[in-house]
Amino acid sequence: MSNTSPNFIQSSLGKKLLMGLTGLFLISFLVVHATLNSFIFAMDGGELFNQGCLFMATNPIIRIIEIVLFIGIILHIVQALILTLKNQKARPVKYAVTDGKANSKWYSRSMGILGSLLLMFLVIHLSHFWVGTKAAQFGGTIQEHNTYLEIIEVFHNPFNVLIYLLGVISLGYHLAHGFQSSFQTLGLNHPKYTPLIKKAGLWFSILITIVFAAMPLAVFFGIVK
Amino acid sequence: MNLTLKIWRQKNDKETGKLVTYPVKDISPDMSFLEMFDVLNEELITKGDEPIAFDHDCREGICGMCSMFINGRPHGPKRGVTTCQLHMRSFKNGDTIVVEPWRAAAFPVIKDLTVDRSAFDRIISKGGFISVNTGNAQDANNIPIPKPDADASFEAAACIGCGACVATCKNSSAMLFVSAKVSQLALLPQGRVEATTRVKNMVAQMDEEGFGNCTNTGACEIECPKGISLENIARMNREYFVANIKS
Repeated sequence: MSNTSPNFIQSSLGKKLLMGLTGLFLISFLVVHATLNSFIFAMDGGELFNQGCLFMATNPIIRIIEIVLFIGIILHIVQALILTLKNQKARPVKYAVTDGKANSKWYSRSMGILGSLLLMFLVIHLSHFWVGTKAAQFGGTIQEHNTYLEIIEVFHNPFNVLIYLLGVISLGYHLAHGFQSSFQTLGLNHPKYTPLIKKAGLWFSILITIVFAAMPLAVFFGIVK
Repeated sequence: MNLTLKIWRQKNDKETGKLVTYPVKDISPDMSFLEMFDVLNEELITKGDEPIAFDHDCREGICGMCSMFINGRPHGPKRGVTTCQLHMRSFKNGDTIVVEPWRAAAFPVIKDLTVDRSAFDRIISKGGFISVNTGNAQDANNIPIPKPDADASFEAAACIGCGACVATCKNSSAMLFVSAKVSQLALLPQGRVEATTRVKNMVAQMDEEGFGNCTNTGACEIECPKGISLENIARMNREYFVANIKS
């Protein structure tokens, strides 16, 4: 048996591995993001939250991780596009009738749509908060930058709250499949632990959705002022 | 039973096909799905029409030839059966049943409901074997194999290569098939010798044939008539990553 295999990263499984690894990396970022968000519930007028934001904006290690994060997001999106195009080419003539609900969850079949919604949301989200922080960073006014006030302002607009809720729900469903799927892709499937991973993934998705949804709702309904 | 069938008719791989409606009458609920097709084809032949081409061979669920996509599911609505094992009692009198061929770029339609599945054979020819002559059967416990490994290997070897996994996968991915063929050998000491090149070559051929990529929806596992588990795909992933680290 002689080896006729092309290089790893061009292979279907190599691409899938990259999807899984970048996905898990982005999940680890969400944990940090959600933790920072929950600081607004300290009910101290945003003092703790702004301190957290300042730390994130000025710590040199976080600055480097931010670049890695953007690379991770771009890789995740680019691989997803390449894989989706290949998958569509793999079935040029579609079925007249398909019964997907008989064998799989709708969100596991809709990762592309959910991901696209997330990308749109990400653009809006970055324009709301990230752009302002960056401007303050490069303008040398980061010490006075008040992210907490920005949040209060953005989430007094019901339209923004609606967009954020939709974005966060898309994220929840994307994670509900993505979390456990990444373990399977990495080859981590075990009769004892896979059911636990699936359960943990589902609870993680629900928790992340609740924590992220809590901020806009709390501001809009005046619980956090 | 009286039923309305909507069946994909396509002259050859060049022309585009379409769904054609056929009413069938007095079908026994104890007939298999293929026997109903035999009845319909008899009628068509008597009328001087072209009978419907469909794949079938053993008609007892072990050869993997039959391949009908029935009402949106490969091998119809029942779990763990092939089309030949599906009985008409699984449907209701008056039902409309849509029957299509497996749809994938790697499985081109030959005629009507028959598709060319030689892509699977080409994948097997890249490494789904052990390249030594086995000779006579050796003493039973010459090579000790843990029982769970032997069982998992046997379960993977139950794959009949029908292609239902590709047919139902939203990405037309062949990973359940390939992973079963990789696993049945990877789990046994005889198969370990060539495990590294086997998984690399078989995955390379799978990609070459134009199958899609697994997104872990799990549809294949549900629809597989032989209950091949997703654990095999994870095992293939592991084998592939380790093989690429090694060489």
